[in-house]
Amino acid sequence: MAELDLPLIWAGIIGVAVILYVILDGFDLGCGILFPLTREEHERDQMMNSVAPFWDGNETWLVLGGGGLWVAFPAAYSIIMPALYVPVLVMLLALIFRGVAFEFRWVAKPNHQLWDLAFWLGSTVAAFAQGLILGGLLHGIAMEQGRFSGGTFDWLSPFAIMCGFGVVAGYALLGATWLHMRVAGDLERRANEWAKPLLLALLGFILVVSIWTPLHVERIAALWFSWPNLLYLSPVPVLTLVLAALVWKGLDDKAAATPFLGSVGIFVLAFAGLAISNFPYLVPPSLTVWDAAAAPESQMFLLVGVLILLPVVLGYTVFVYYTFRGRIRPGEGYH
Amino acid sequence: MELDPLILARIQFAFTISFHIIFPAFTIGLSAWIATLLGMSLWTGNVRYKDLAQFWTKIFAVSFAMGVVSGIVLTYQFGTNWSEFSLAVGNVIGPLIGFEVLTAFFLEASFLGIMLFGRDRVSPAMHFTAAVLVAVGTAISAFWILSANSWMQFPAGHEVRDGIAYPVDWWQVIFSPTFGWRMVHMLTAAYITTGFVVLAVGARFWLKGKHLPEAETMMKMALGILVVLTPVQAVIGDFHGLNTLEHQPAKIAAMEAHWDGTHPAALVLFAIPDVVAEVNRFEIAIPKLGSLILTHDLNGTFPGLKQFAPEDRPPVLPVFISFRVMVGIGLLMILLSGLGAFAWWRGKLFRPNLLMQVFANTWPLGFIAVLAGWITTEIGRQPWVATGLMRTEDALSPVGAATVLTSLILFVLVYAVIFVSGGYYINRLLEKGPVRHVPKEPLRPTRPMAAAQDSGRIALSAGE
Repeated sequence: MAELDLPLIWAGIIGVAVILYVILDGFDLGCGILFPLTREEHERDQMMNSVAPFWDGNETWLVLGGGGLWVAFPAAYSIIMPALYVPVLVMLLALIFRGVAFEFRWVAKPNHQLWDLAFWLGSTVAAFAQGLILGGLLHGIAMEQGRFSGGTFDWLSPFAIMCGFGVVAGYALLGATWLHMRVAGDLERRANEWAKPLLLALLGFILVVSIWTPLHVERIAALWFSWPNLLYLSPVPVLTLVLAALVWKGLDDKAAATPFLGSVGIFVLAFAGLAISNFPYLVPPSLTVWDAAAAPESQMFLLVGVLILLPVVLGYTVFVYYTFRGRIRPGEGYH
Repeated sequence: MELDPLILARIQFAFTISFHIIFPAFTIGLSAWIATLLGMSLWTGNVRYKDLAQFWTKIFAVSFAMGVVSGIVLTYQFGTNWSEFSLAVGNVIGPLIGFEVLTAFFLEASFLGIMLFGRDRVSPAMHFTAAVLVAVGTAISAFWILSANSWMQFPAGHEVRDGIAYPVDWWQVIFSPTFGWRMVHMLTAAYITTGFVVLAVGARFWLKGKHLPEAETMMKMALGILVVLTPVQAVIGDFHGLNTLEHQPAKIAAMEAHWDGTHPAALVLFAIPDVVAEVNRFEIAIPKLGSLILTHDLNGTFPGLKQFAPEDRPPVLPVFISFRVMVGIGLLMILLSGLGAFAWWRGKLFRPNLLMQVFANTWPLGFIAVLAGWITTEIGRQPWVATGLMRTEDALSPVGAATVLTSLILFVLVYAVIFVSGGYYINRLLEKGPVRHVPKEPLRPTRPMAAAQDSGRIALSAGE
């Protein structure tokens, strides 16, 4: 049997789980972030209803990402989690509030104002904390002899805070374009208006990260700005701009799905860019996927499970999305 | 005072997992109950089952949401607070958690959407199938997490190199020696817990004279299952105890406050164990009964606490007390189920008597018993996090005490808000009761959702 590069395969699987999480929970967190932009209760109902059947499944990808990291790379998991203790904790607490808000808000009606607030704040803070986690990882984590050796607030930097705002803007864009595709009535038009400034904010954020990382990390500069890499990697920024133009045009044309799909594409490219910059490091700047790998027998055991079960999971995820297809009209819902 | 991060991290884990276990213990049974109701509705065509399924589905939705969000916390807490544990045993129990996500979490979360919101979008048969898949998902989830826990109780199928466990035989890892009885015991406990909630809600409705046909159906279905499961659970518990004696004798010694293993053990009904003098104070005990229960022989002996080095003994008092709470409630449950079934048989169940009043207040019994049982088995595992392999004190993350304390306070505050609100809303849903099914007018056939909602509103306003 040919030797499989299990750590590499697992890095790919976790990468897929993370990007699926970012896209799927991204649009439903985005709907939460946009919540205060309308004061109409029936529009808030529409926003929540458009994601209510999906959010739980979407969030499960976060568990697969975190759980997968532990299974496949316990050495990285046991360094990253203590290092990012505070933003991870904040994210979890925020997700608790917004998760229960989905149910509590309906049961509490007509006294649901506090759960509106919980849904908005929970979604926004969770997105912001995920940005902090991203920033903290890109910034690098101090380690000695395979253990986290830094302080509680090592992750805190202007760069991480900017990443926080960037992720909030990006999720809000996914949310706005999702609503543009999935709701009818006045809200559809307003989602269209929200999307353009958010697109510009996301592009600005991607630009800053693209400048900041090579400036601060020589390895990344050498990777992107050397010949012929420059040529091979040029599709990433070029395609991002093409997709941004498509999203913009789709919004102008009131095309239903193009803005959302284009935004998803931008997220995928941004993720690919980050992955290219940091590969093969799991914990920049010192721990690679091979250093952190679990025992091959452990990685192999779950890999078999993933190969059999992940297609099934994707299959019924598609079934659920298909079941709840179509636009949500004002006053329409599942409750 | 110097803060100890170990104690704080342990309190935090105990608090977050105790909060979490309440919801799975309820939703495992509740999803099975809803699937049963939907199945009965399909089979008999009786709308009462459908109305009841709708009513309990609302309660399920609120409980399940709390279970999901409190569960995500735990996946990450292994890393944030117990990174040394994650590193040492990740190779072995990490994949079990991975399989839990792949086989259970996605299944539950995806079909939950159809179960909660898909009533008018899929056929009744598909809706029933979704409920069955959610119920199966909750049971599969229990399978994997109990497999991981059982491995920590008594590790098997692994080898240790440089302080890190490596898998050797996956079959032995998954089906480690204490897993089988623990799994059966916990699943049965979950079904019993839900059974008493359904029974209590039925009794409440009946006493108030509201929703009488529904109340009678609920009470009969609950009693029917409880009268079978509660005595069966006692037998399962006995086997689980014998299994624990074989693999974790120190835990059994602590559960029974049994110090001297050279003589047959008494069954200690009450005592305050004194760990310094290694004796029980204020003991009330029945001679030799402990030996009869655990060795099935009046003169049998089993290890006492003195046979274990003091640093290898679990804390005696909490294990001893929580075990008695669990067993006491278990016996009470058998008694209540038996009395209820007897009254039903004599045609005297539906009377406004003391038994009915007691039934109306039995809903917390299962939850308390489940918590007490887990306190017994988890504290009973101490001082080990993975028995013989890693001590709890060695499992901690390199995180400061102040950080752990802050996060602990935040968890307590947030969970208090969530728990109080969730309890309040569940109670409100229960007060409202099931909504009678009103035949749908084909008002706007192009928009079935709106039509369904209208008829729901009519039914609601009619019910109030």
